[in-house]
Amino acid sequence: MTIDLCGIELAHPVINGSGTFDVIAARRVFGDCVDREFPFAAFVSKTITLEPRLGNPPPRLFETAAGMINSIGLPNRGLAGYIEHDLPDLATLPVPVITNVMGSNADEVGQLLEAIDGRDEVAAIELNVSCPNVKTGLDIGSDPAELTKLLAAVRGKTAKPLIVKLTPNTANVALVAAAAEAAGADAVSLINTLKAFAADPARPGQAWLGGGGGGQSGPAIRAVALAQTCAVAAAIALPIVAMGGITSAANARQFLDAGALVIAVGTESFRDPMSAAKIRDGLAGRV
Amino acid sequence: MSEAADRVQAPFGTREVTISGTEEIGPYRVFSCADADGPQPAAGQFYMLASSERWGGGCDERPYLPRAISVLAAADRQLSFVLEAVGPGTERLAELELGDGLRLLGPLGNGFTAPQAGVRAILCGGGIGVAPLAMLQQELIAQGHEVTALLGFRDSEHAAGAEFLEAAQVATDDGSVGQAGLVTELLLAELDRDANAVIYSCGPPQMLDAIRAISTASGVPAQLALEAPMACGYGACYGCVVKTADGSFRRSCVDGPVVAADELAADWLTVGGGG
Repeated sequence: MTIDLCGIELAHPVINGSGTFDVIAARRVFGDCVDREFPFAAFVSKTITLEPRLGNPPPRLFETAAGMINSIGLPNRGLAGYIEHDLPDLATLPVPVITNVMGSNADEVGQLLEAIDGRDEVAAIELNVSCPNVKTGLDIGSDPAELTKLLAAVRGKTAKPLIVKLTPNTANVALVAAAAEAAGADAVSLINTLKAFAADPARPGQAWLGGGGGGQSGPAIRAVALAQTCAVAAAIALPIVAMGGITSAANARQFLDAGALVIAVGTESFRDPMSAAKIRDGLAGRV
Repeated sequence: MSEAADRVQAPFGTREVTISGTEEIGPYRVFSCADADGPQPAAGQFYMLASSERWGGGCDERPYLPRAISVLAAADRQLSFVLEAVGPGTERLAELELGDGLRLLGPLGNGFTAPQAGVRAILCGGGIGVAPLAMLQQELIAQGHEVTALLGFRDSEHAAGAEFLEAAQVATDDGSVGQAGLVTELLLAELDRDANAVIYSCGPPQMLDAIRAISTASGVPAQLALEAPMACGYGACYGCVVKTADGSFRRSCVDGPVVAADELAADWLTVGGGG
């Protein structure tokens, strides 16, 4: 029984969260079995930006109760590097590729969408809107009006399915989701990490992470993710890709029951690269 | 994929093994497990380890993530690890008893590269950093290399770690065992005697940085096994980066943990926030 995610055919309802699985590194570490036993029904790339980014200085991780805070800083080769170096390797995967992109304004996002639109290797685009507006300081995706403006400017740049990755760091995620739907999104995904602060145990009041602030992920945020999934499912008719601390088929089932069509596994893949396969098998009753 | 692998590759996914032996050596806990499904690792490689039961619920309700631990020895499909309990993860692993379950992923990372024939290997380590050097010493001796072992410890209790290597010269901070002072003083004396060598090191970051500086000043190459907090161990999380000489960041799990000293940025130790 396949799943139709805005025109993309998926063999099962489990994909990866952007930035939580690196196929190219995994092939070096585990070999050909990564492709033979690929755990995800689609592969979502890490966030690609117009220009290359080095990412944040270390330390980048802080372990918490039932999760972790990261401040990775979206390291990537930039659009040209992604197309030249990464995409040929991703194109050989046995599943559809979804490219995640982020830009700091409509012009940048438009360039990213146009460039990816021309790539047959890519089945869909996921738009990361957890990016601060340089003028207001607010994340574009935290404000329905800002998101409406952005999507109005860029939606026409690609014919590929456009999945808007919502941020949980907003007053009312359902209003943002409704804005995405009205402005032409084909699906939404949620939740991104929750804004979090890792206090340095040795320097009172100071940040532990090299990048300053960070984002919380893991089971610690699962109940928040489930609440936001319920709220969004009640507000829009678009397909929903839900994620946030999913570690088991039972967790995944709760998100599907809340109205998600597809679920994504993120931080749990760090603890076991095959955890998504176990969740997939559990959902299919093959435990 | 069709190219030759640049490392011993790991089975895809974690596997459950059973603790088959434990031992206390000074402040260190050694434990072994039968790993029937895993390949023979190379010295310098590591595994991500977590207890099968009760992983979590310690200090601050941690641990949550598995811990990256260097392999101490591997023979006949038996793996051995050594650690010192210094936080919620290592505390839980140090509690494991005979018959307990261990979840592991690996072997991971790149491992050390042997010196050319006729070039001496100087193993220079400190504290819990003895683990990969112990395995490297056995491999290099078996291959017929000349090996000199130099180890530094805080005090006589920790100096029990010298047992893991053969014929190691020891320095302690308090002078209670071996020479009083730092292991880098032993290293400088050895390089004075004969500098036709490669330095292999694992230990506290400050020690690695001192060895990096000695390598730079002397021109004697050094391979440093880094320790960095990491969530995954296989290149997914991008959390374990170290700053390199070209100003970029390198993942110490997939492009390490062993790095050439001259590949590190001069400020690799201090870059970033909380440290």
